[in-house]
Amino acid sequence: MLKVRNISTFYDRIQILKGVSIHVGEGEIVALIGANGAGKTTLINAISGLLSVPDGTIMLGDRPIHNLSPVKIVKAGISQVPEGRLIFSPLTVEDNLKLGAYLRYRSKEKDEIAQSIEEVYSLFPLLKERSSQIAGTLSGGEQQMLALGRALMARPRLLLLDEPSLGLAPLVSAQIFKTIVRLRESGVTILLVEQNARAALRMSDRGYVLETGTVVLQDKAQRLLENKEVQRAYLGKGKKEIWDA
Amino acid sequence: MWGPDTGPPRHEYNNMTFEQQILQYLITGVTVGSIYALIGMGFNIIYNATEIINFAQGEFVMLGGLLTVSGMQLLHLPVPFAAILAIIGVSIVGIALDRAAIRPLKDASPITLIIITIGASIFIRGVASLIWGKEPYLIPAFSGEEPIPFFGAVIQPQSLWVMGVALIVVLSLRQFFGRTLTGKAMLATAVQPRAAKLVGIDASYMVLLSFALSGAVGAAAGIVIGPISMVQYDMGVMLGLKGFCAAIIGGIGHPWGVVFGGITLGIVESLGAGLISSGYKDAIAFVILLLMLFFRPQGVLGKSKGDRV
Ligand SMILES: Nc1ncnc2c1ncn2[C@@H]1O[C@H](COP(=O)(O)OP(=O)(O)O)[C@@H](O)[C@H]1O
Ligand SMILES: [Mg+2]
Repeated sequence: MLKVRNISTFYDRIQILKGVSIHVGEGEIVALIGANGAGKTTLINAISGLLSVPDGTIMLGDRPIHNLSPVKIVKAGISQVPEGRLIFSPLTVEDNLKLGAYLRYRSKEKDEIAQSIEEVYSLFPLLKERSSQIAGTLSGGEQQMLALGRALMARPRLLLLDEPSLGLAPLVSAQIFKTIVRLRESGVTILLVEQNARAALRMSDRGYVLETGTVVLQDKAQRLLENKEVQRAYLGKGKKEIWDA
Repeated sequence: MWGPDTGPPRHEYNNMTFEQQILQYLITGVTVGSIYALIGMGFNIIYNATEIINFAQGEFVMLGGLLTVSGMQLLHLPVPFAAILAIIGVSIVGIALDRAAIRPLKDASPITLIIITIGASIFIRGVASLIWGKEPYLIPAFSGEEPIPFFGAVIQPQSLWVMGVALIVVLSLRQFFGRTLTGKAMLATAVQPRAAKLVGIDASYMVLLSFALSGAVGAAAGIVIGPISMVQYDMGVMLGLKGFCAAIIGGIGHPWGVVFGGITLGIVESLGAGLISSGYKDAIAFVILLLMLFFRPQGVLGKSKGDRV
């Protein structure tokens, strides 16, 4: 479905991504893990069209999308839940959701949009209770649900999730992860960036490990979980042995 | 220097009791304050969409007045048609300002863009002085000049027009930002530009729209004050600063705040000029502006950045 081939990106003249290639198949959950500053957010933003991609190609199906504007990429069926959620805090919960369907309003799908809002509410009943509340007053977990709901309102084929559990209590994270799995079951393809590499790999089909702008490992998720290097660097195993020694 | 005159001739104040005089100053204050509020709303619209303070806002006001004068004198249009034409014309100037000076620098910081709007204001004023010259023009009052008695004071019919237009504009803007998807998309672009792009909002279109809209609101201000004060190529300097002051008093970005700020400023000015000395009138606005910027930059009514609408 999504094929990123050999892309490079730059901030000013500093190269961040150095020839990254990944692919995401229809219906998969693919995890992207890596240390802070490895370039995960940069990669996701390049896919969303927020950054220009001077080298390499990004294909969605047969269609090259690396030169499209963010608006056209949403239209093509890719939505992003950005790192830090970035909800529209002065607006109500319901307005945030409606704006998620901004392009669909432009193509006059009013009735279907009302139905999508109900679908998001059934996924997150808490949001329904708070539908007329100002979004900035929600808790972190609720804001993450709202950011997810807002992205779903565009009815994406591919969902890019950037650190959805960042800063959330374990119980709330678990709920978000459960929702992600449910979304995949409903037919959405997911590219998942996560700090919590263990949780991410457990629910993913495959995974990529990114280090300073390069893919250093790629494999089935299960095999990455068993990989000694990955365990040492990202899953917190092995540290104990160092302490013991 | 621009000086609104909405009260009766000076000598008539002598026939009024002190209370009636105060009432007269209040009426003048609310009228002038409504104009400041209208101009402040223009600042708010662009600020809401872009976080830019557009210092060419006063020039939008001037152009609204002068284009109306031209519509009446050159095209022999009646006031309402000349006014509509002027509003459309100034919206186009707003769009041109965005296209020529703001959009080409889309990655620049707000402060750079603010400086650019100052340059644009000087440029527009220069062009206006070439087209209209430096002399003042008068727009005839919309519905006569027969003063309406009001508890011993008087209200000019034009004052009612000014207050009415300000009220209609603030209610329409409230409706636009609070009820329409486009208005909400504009707010979303201002508070969270990256997320706005990610839901498919075309940010540069929203900025364009905000310049067109604030051009229209600025023009409306210039048209309704035409009959009260003269319209002239440099009237935008002082009016722009007063409108900015109104927006700052109310807390920039707040629709009712700017009405409060404009009317407060208008009343303080009018009382100060009437009871102390008219020489201090403009100084009052700047003292208030400086005090606000030092001690309460979020405005009297403003709480935090979060509740901006
Ligand atoms: N706006 C920016 N300007 C300059 N450098 C940036 C910017 N954003 C990120 N970077 C740099 O790009 C690198 C990758 O960042 P990022 O993609 O955010 O990493 P991750 O999401 O994996 O933590 C980092 O070295 C970071 O400092
Ligand atoms: Mg990141």
